[in-house]
Amino acid sequence: MDLSFLLIQSLNSIQYGFLLFLVASGLTLIFGIMGIINLAHGSFYMIGAYLAYWLNLKTGNLLLAIAIGLPLTIGLGLVVERLAIGFLYSRDHLYQVLLTYGLILILNEMQRILWGNDVHGVPVPDVLAASVPLTQTQSYPVYRFFISAACIAVAAAMYLVIHKTRLGMTIRAGAVNREMVQILGIDVGRLFAIVFSLGAALAAFSGMLSAPVNSVYPGMGEQILIISFVVVVIGGIGSILGAFVGAMLIGFVDTFGKVLVPEIAGIAVYALMAVVLLWRPQGLFGGRPA
Amino acid sequence: MTVLPRLVLLLLLIGLAALVVFPFFAERFYLQLVTKIMVTAILAISLDLLVGYAGMVSFGHAAFFGLAGYALAVLQRDFGLVLLWTTLPAVLAVCGVAALIVGWFSIRTSGIYFIMITLAFAQMLYYYFNDSRAFGGSDGMFIDTKPTIEIFGFELVSLRNRIAFYYVTLGALVASYLIVRMILLSPFGRVIAAIRINEPRARALGYATRNYKLACFVIAGMLAGLAGYLGAAQYGVINPAFLSWHQSGQALVVVILGGMGTLFGPVLGAFVLTLLEEFVSGLTERWLVVIGAFVIAVVLLLPGGIASLLVRLRFGRRMQPAP
Amino acid sequence: MADSGRAGTILEAVGLSKQFGALAAVNNVTLGFESGRVHAVIGPNGAGKTTFLNLLSGEMRPSAGNVRFKGQDITGAPPNRISRLGIGRSYQRTNIFLALTCLENCWIAAQSRLPSSMRFVRPAHRLTSVREQAERALATCGLAGRAGTVAAAMSYGEQRQLEIGMMLAARPQLLMLDEPLAGMGHDESLQVIDLLRRLAADHTLILIEHDMDAVFSIADRITVMVNGEVLETGSIEQIRGSPAVQEAYLGREDAE
Repeated sequence: MDLSFLLIQSLNSIQYGFLLFLVASGLTLIFGIMGIINLAHGSFYMIGAYLAYWLNLKTGNLLLAIAIGLPLTIGLGLVVERLAIGFLYSRDHLYQVLLTYGLILILNEMQRILWGNDVHGVPVPDVLAASVPLTQTQSYPVYRFFISAACIAVAAAMYLVIHKTRLGMTIRAGAVNREMVQILGIDVGRLFAIVFSLGAALAAFSGMLSAPVNSVYPGMGEQILIISFVVVVIGGIGSILGAFVGAMLIGFVDTFGKVLVPEIAGIAVYALMAVVLLWRPQGLFGGRPA
Repeated sequence: MTVLPRLVLLLLLIGLAALVVFPFFAERFYLQLVTKIMVTAILAISLDLLVGYAGMVSFGHAAFFGLAGYALAVLQRDFGLVLLWTTLPAVLAVCGVAALIVGWFSIRTSGIYFIMITLAFAQMLYYYFNDSRAFGGSDGMFIDTKPTIEIFGFELVSLRNRIAFYYVTLGALVASYLIVRMILLSPFGRVIAAIRINEPRARALGYATRNYKLACFVIAGMLAGLAGYLGAAQYGVINPAFLSWHQSGQALVVVILGGMGTLFGPVLGAFVLTLLEEFVSGLTERWLVVIGAFVIAVVLLLPGGIASLLVRLRFGRRMQPAP
Repeated sequence: MADSGRAGTILEAVGLSKQFGALAAVNNVTLGFESGRVHAVIGPNGAGKTTFLNLLSGEMRPSAGNVRFKGQDITGAPPNRISRLGIGRSYQRTNIFLALTCLENCWIAAQSRLPSSMRFVRPAHRLTSVREQAERALATCGLAGRAGTVAAAMSYGEQRQLEIGMMLAARPQLLMLDEPLAGMGHDESLQVIDLLRRLAADHTLILIEHDMDAVFSIADRITVMVNGEVLETGSIEQIRGSPAVQEAYLGREDAE
């Protein structure tokens, strides 16, 4: 195991970790603030990826596709929140799991109706198609750096919003104590709609970013959903910091697992989650019991 | 639960009678379909014990269902066992031990964490079978010979015979129902109910609640194993999809749809959902949209499931003024 | 271990402490409870009385110190084990099985005295001894007529009575009652006080209570706790006459 191998795999881990973080932070916010277990979260990731593929085909520009696609996913998030999720507040987790499971079936089928069953690739935009040489023999694609940079930018923006704005203050208060926010007379319906659609947009955005790296295929949402739940549970439900740490942990364990011990790579992340839960049943940064 | 409404009891008995005579009239396709539904019903009963009665929402219950299939396939391939008397107990033992291990870890958590840790264990098992060459990877394994029941080398029943298989499955369904009912009425069942309602209080009354929850988890795991044994034997094949999280989710849907905590509800749920799927998929290629909408509608409009509909029906009638 | 614990002491705490972060909710409490007596623990809100009880009943693990029951060390034992030794507990906040009927509530308590409830075959309702025990407890706590009523549908006072009934159904030797009169009406209080007096005939009682008239009317010994520590322990007369108690506790109570 030489140094450049270590470097490349570490970069891959970080990039994967960032993508996971974007998806998982939406998931954890939606749970922390709205108390909703949203199994359909992965579907937004999938929809993001398909929108990136489709709009890129139409416009020929991935960045433009993302710019058009994001408002669309925010809108879709609003529609789903109004039509389905809105009825679930204060219902038992079990029913939330079920209803959002039903949503997955519908959104999956919508994807098949709109875009079919084929696996698609999305080309890396020309501007970002270069590679950065790391050693004499190995180099690293610029686009992967771009993914990490974009994720960092989004994470920073999220941090600023959450810590410096009024909306962020409400979100923070809501994550700690949902009832309190309601008592304080804040328009909860509006807050929930914003949080849900922003969460959906975060998932879709990471789907769009990852489209050129991973291919776009039916069922991709479920794979990312399960792994995002692992991230959220490891970090502690409702904790953004926890989602970040969890995402990075999973990023490293999964990436290095796949190259070092491929036989158990599939198991490794779940084993990690089981160990964390046994050690800290509330997750690494989870405060209150759920 | 202790006493079934008379109307429900009557309906169940009529249903049972219908199932008993069904093979005399049914075409092959429908015979297999109903066999499949009864397997699902056994799985649903086992999950209802866990979710509806003990309050442990497992999102990984299909793990034991699939594990049973793999255990059967391995017993056949590597040990040459085909007799029901030997394979079924062995498969149940494997599932029991697996449930003991998974349960021992999982019952330390509760709420959404329990949902997630059971999912995690099921996924681990899924990837274990999916990635391992010894078990055929994602293609899975074939179960070439159907189990048989022999006495002194004389073959009494072979599950190759579709009708025999049907009746064995029906017997297993009835037995599962009666066994779980018996457990629920027993002293153990009372403790399980108390734990679901108020676990700290049950512990303060002197019950080592974890042991009871673990025992319940093992029983449910073994019953899921029974369903998996029959399911795998019927299909003649086992692959990782049997223990995917879709299967676990589907099982939860069946339980909720039927009415959790009623035991007969999930059986009805298995029939309704499978028949609906069969019907709708014959009408349109986009049947998953319909099923998805149906699931959502049930959650929103009928949280108590089909069972609550029946019970409501009964009270509705009683409330009517006498003529 | 014949000489461990003084004669007549059934339960004792030695140097018992519970730390929550920087706060010592219970601080180095050494206290013995004599068999067959009614021992009241009083003190202002936040004095650590309930925490102290939680340490005795196994609901919480002490940060330091020991608990001995009949000379046996039970420090840190889980509540289910402590219950099985014959220690019953009622809670300040009603802690019953709301979805079950009164009889079922007492039933589950009575059934806990079986050697094990890991019995899967015979229906529970055939256990006549358990049924009788549950019914007796219901009658004792004054709810014989409410056997089939779902607990959630009863008044607060009745739920408090049921709480005591459940405790009795498990046939403990030692009863720990955490404010059994809290929130009760005058008549209900009198009934419960009467019940406690009857129970005192053949049980050891540890009683946390704010109602001073009730405490003075049934307690044999009183311990005053303040800020997690024992201020004074003694007979009713000693406590009434103690200047320290007057100042720290009773004085303030009078001023309210």
